[in-house]
Amino acid sequence: MVIHMEADLKREPSVGKKKIKVSSVVMYLLLGIFAVIQIYPLIWLFLFSFKDNNEIFSGNAMGLPLVWRASNYSDVLTNGNVAVYLLNSVIVTGITIVLSTILITTSAYAIARMHWKLSHAFLNFILLGMMVPLHATLLPLFIVLKNLGLLNSYLSLILPYTAFALPMGIFIMVGFFRDVPKEMEESACLDGCGIYRMFYSIVLPLVRPAIATVAIFTFLSSWNELMFANTFVSNDNLKTLTVGIMSLSGQQGTHWGPIGAGLVIATVPTLIIYFLFSDQLQKSVIAGAIKG
Amino acid sequence: MDRLLSRKRTILLFILPTFILLTVIIVIPIFFSLHYSTLKWDGFSKEVFVGFENYKNLFVNNTDGFIQAVINSLVLALISVGIQIPFSLVLALTLARGIRGERFFRTVYFIPVIISTVVIGQLWMKIYNNDYGMLNTVLKAIGLGSLTDAWLADTKTALASVFVAMVWQYVGYYMLLLYAGAKSISPDIYEAARIDGAGEATMAFHITIPLMKPILAVCIVFAVTGSFKAFDLIYVMTNGGPLHSTEVPTTLMYTTIFTRYQYGYGSAMAIFIIIECLVFTLVINKLFSKNAVE
Repeated sequence: MVIHMEADLKREPSVGKKKIKVSSVVMYLLLGIFAVIQIYPLIWLFLFSFKDNNEIFSGNAMGLPLVWRASNYSDVLTNGNVAVYLLNSVIVTGITIVLSTILITTSAYAIARMHWKLSHAFLNFILLGMMVPLHATLLPLFIVLKNLGLLNSYLSLILPYTAFALPMGIFIMVGFFRDVPKEMEESACLDGCGIYRMFYSIVLPLVRPAIATVAIFTFLSSWNELMFANTFVSNDNLKTLTVGIMSLSGQQGTHWGPIGAGLVIATVPTLIIYFLFSDQLQKSVIAGAIKG
Repeated sequence: MDRLLSRKRTILLFILPTFILLTVIIVIPIFFSLHYSTLKWDGFSKEVFVGFENYKNLFVNNTDGFIQAVINSLVLALISVGIQIPFSLVLALTLARGIRGERFFRTVYFIPVIISTVVIGQLWMKIYNNDYGMLNTVLKAIGLGSLTDAWLADTKTALASVFVAMVWQYVGYYMLLLYAGAKSISPDIYEAARIDGAGEATMAFHITIPLMKPILAVCIVFAVTGSFKAFDLIYVMTNGGPLHSTEVPTTLMYTTIFTRYQYGYGSAMAIFIIIECLVFTLVINKLFSKNAVE
């Protein structure tokens, strides 16, 4: 499927001008209202993350904070252990992305370019993996990890996250490799370059956009994953953000400000990535859905 | 070149780690789940083989509310297909016309999709808060104070409240997929239709939507299977309560396994969810491919 994300479809309707104006005002009004509905809860969260309960309970639940209490943030980062959760999420997600990128690019290259009999069968095997929901593997993985003594370790999350990132990643990457012309590799080969050298310095740079697409997808799914994280890790010092902020709201009970601060901290990295790679990210979501 | 690309050692090095990881983490556990689902087992004492007993217990003389949980997930699927997707389609078609600000709106609508469901869940718990939540505050402000409620604590409103949050989070997702589908249609087709004097609405119903069938099928499959597999938001917001009113199969499965230690029975639920998803995926795709022929 070809996607003209920014294709300029200029379709000026040819009916009377006045009528157009009214209808487009209504259209923008509705689009605007819906934008507010999608965004305002997050702004509200940002605002109450600076308040304390006195302020919220004495009638200022909605407006700007009277005092911007940055202490809510320093509080949850240190006392609330959120700095540790944040670090854990960065470690788990970071290693998952590196590991899955290596496995995805090498396997996809072997499937798309290299000559071996079972390459088609292997791709089908991987496609089957795409159909399996996490739920079906939860209990068996829990039991295996428990018996291996791997519960409460980074590895207990990194391995499943990497495995579940592979099928779609490989599928997207194989499609990408097939669209890349072989000339560069052939000329490198004539120059007497070995295969590993060629893969690293010629092939990988060529598919950089695809790597970004897949990595963003992997980032989102590992950063936000809850079910495995909640089951395999119970040690507070190893919890990732998703599970950590759930226990935070347990500890903080009804203290809205610190809970809000924790939620904001968990969200900011995602938003930064979103605004930096907005188009790339949207394309990766589309690619994931259409290929998947 | 061909010699390099046929070297067995390199190929093995490139695929073996992937093969092992997928086999160990995804394939083998499925067979374990199937096996567990035929056992009566609490994870500690000796397992007893009971055949299809666990599957029978899901539906015959069921006492733990599994049937209600399945019904709830079906309702969610229905809402998702009947309200969420049509709404997303309208948004997508509006933006895909190439209006000014299209990129802005697309970017804004998509934001909730990328945010962690735990954050979304916690946020909506605050929105629904009885005393200081955004919803009740707004209702009071516009003079509808009589409608305020303890949304998530009331068995009559909890399910709908959770569903609203889920629909809210994923509207942007379906909007984006449908938008991409609409954008992939060649502008030439519209040009031809316009010459024939077709209006905007006619073009939407007779050109755009029929041509978007493949992506619509994808969206409906995602909406239905996503509803059957939904876990995070419900787990965070209500964990199936109050009094099982928001229970869905996955939350019940989680409680059954990790709180009641009924490993066998819980695994039967997991297998049921997978089969349910597979069946619905096949049926929906079949329906769409049949329509395409006619």
